[in-house]
Amino acid sequence: MLDIISHRQGDTLIVSIKGELDHHTAEIARDRLDSLLEDKSLKNMVVDLSHLKFMDSSGIGVFIGRYKKLSERMGKLGAYGLNNHIRKIWEISGLHRIIDIYDNLEESLNGIQEV
Amino acid sequence: MKITNEMRLEFLSKSQNEAFARVVVAAFAAQLDPTLEEIADIKTAVSEAVTNAIIHAYDQNPGYVEIIGQLFDNGIIVQVIDRGKGIKDVKEAMQPLYTSKPELERSGMGFTVMETFMDEIEVISSLGEGTKVTMVKYIKNSNRTEKPR
Ligand SMILES: Nc1ncnc2c1ncn2[C@@H]1O[C@H](COP(=O)(O)OP(=O)(O)O)[C@@H](O)[C@H]1O
Ligand SMILES: [Mg+2]
Repeated sequence: MLDIISHRQGDTLIVSIKGELDHHTAEIARDRLDSLLEDKSLKNMVVDLSHLKFMDSSGIGVFIGRYKKLSERMGKLGAYGLNNHIRKIWEISGLHRIIDIYDNLEESLNGIQEV
Repeated sequence: MKITNEMRLEFLSKSQNEAFARVVVAAFAAQLDPTLEEIADIKTAVSEAVTNAIIHAYDQNPGYVEIIGQLFDNGIIVQVIDRGKGIKDVKEAMQPLYTSKPELERSGMGFTVMETFMDEIEVISSLGEGTKVTMVKYIKNSNRTEKPR
């Protein structure tokens, strides 16, 4: 139901979240992301949501929580690949105001590394 | 509005059933020939109401969540019913960002999502008895009557 695949590029963790993010899978996502972020040499995170098929308000908490974690280490969180449905959830919850949304990975990496 | 079809579903308040519930309602609504966007809206709203029953209504003792789906000419009525702990102040609960469980990283946006994605919502609740969330979604170009099979 939910798959998380990650790799790093410099001090940025690139995470692809695939499947459906609801209350049931949010716990899995939270645990996986937090264990990846235990590596303190990672500063930023970019989430690829192009294979995320469903998300409800339980997912909002997952992204806000990781955003706070990264902020504590002066890092940033960016996202790309949002479909219309997921974009709508991000907009009504105000997530798009704290997490920058990009069109693709390259733009995300450029955007996140800008000061 | 004249009800043309109806379904009832009951399942245990386990988080594994959130996906099951929204897929069932979406499959039922498919009879109205909705767009992909309308289907996504219905799925999301059902997911919110069912999740609330599971984590808020039955947080102490598990119980059954009931869904009643009714189709009418140009839309669907979905009722999500629990017999859990109930809501003390519905108006406060429906405020954006209000959550009684911030420690679980809840966003307090569930009701706001339901309101945004559906056309009508009504919440009836009483403490110790349970909650009923009734939502209506109009399907813009529903044309199943022109396509008898
Ligand atoms: N079925 C329910 N039974 C009891 N309380 C509920 C129910 N649905 C919602 N609530 C209450 O309303 C609040 C707001 O719900 P919601 O907007 O979905 O936010 P969240 O689920 O993130 O807390 C919940 O925190 C809870 O206190
Ligand atoms: Mg909720």
